Amino acid sequence: MNVLVWAGVVVIGGAGSLLRFYADGLVSTVAGRDFPLGTMVINVSGAVVLGLLSGLALSSSQSLLFGTAAVGSYTTFSTWMLETQRLTEERQYRKAVLNIVVSLALGIAAAALGRLIGMHL
Amino acid sequence: MPEPAADLTVLDDSGLSPPPRRSSRARPRADGREVAAVFAGGALGTLARAALAEGFPHSATAWPWPTFAVNIVAAFLLGYFVTRLQERLPLSSYRRPLLGTGLCGGLSTFSTMQLEIVRMLDAHAWGLAVGYAAASIVAGYAAIQLSTAVVRRVRVRIR
Repeated sequence: MNVLVWAGVVVIGGAGSLLRFYADGLVSTVAGRDFPLGTMVINVSGAVVLGLLSGLALSSSQSLLFGTAAVGSYTTFSTWMLETQRLTEERQYRKAVLNIVVSLALGIAAAALGRLIGMHL
Repeated sequence: MPEPAADLTVLDDSGLSPPPRRSSRARPRADGREVAAVFAGGALGTLARAALAEGFPHSATAWPWPTFAVNIVAAFLLGYFVTRLQERLPLSSYRRPLLGTGLCGGLSTFSTMQLEIVRMLDAHAWGLAVGYAAASIVAGYAAIQLSTAVVRRVRVRIR
């Protein structure tokens, strides 16, 4: 791991976060803000891509740059939790549980599917 | 999922409605400063997460401490920043993108957690997979709850 790779982590991490920022804005514009669909779409799509990358035979630097930095920064755990907690504060328990269960189920399925595809590429 | 503590609900209902200047939800569209803030925060958060992941590698069937730690810390920080920025500090166009969307979003990760769970399932470590998923969600939720409460308590005391 040299300095260039770590510089790449910094730049790609910033770019991945920006992509999340724009993707969330886009989904929220289309689907509204009643349910945190933007974060769910981002997290599930990121899980399928990371699964796919894990199925490929990447070098450790490639895995760090494209997996940990790019996809890792694109997806978010903290916003998922914040939006869930805010839903329970508004007593929207059904939506809160749905946000947890569906994200988790789709996330695991997406990562497994991506991994399967990656292994056959 | 833990229920909000009763005293929190009381605090929540007692004069925590946002100040009038907040009611105008006229947030400007993404300007250059907002974009730069998301990028800078995300770069820093990602660097910290990647350094931990590289520094503490673990097998598929071991508890993923690096991911677990950054996720819970990021959840705590996000709850703190968002509550403080929304309910206490004057409207700012770059603090939330820098600290929330950027730093906490870049520091935490959902996809790595899912892949770690898939790898545990692959290795037939069922208990570990269920325990890791449950612990992450419970601790992440509790972290948001706690940091939100911390900010609101301070506010109530000041008034």
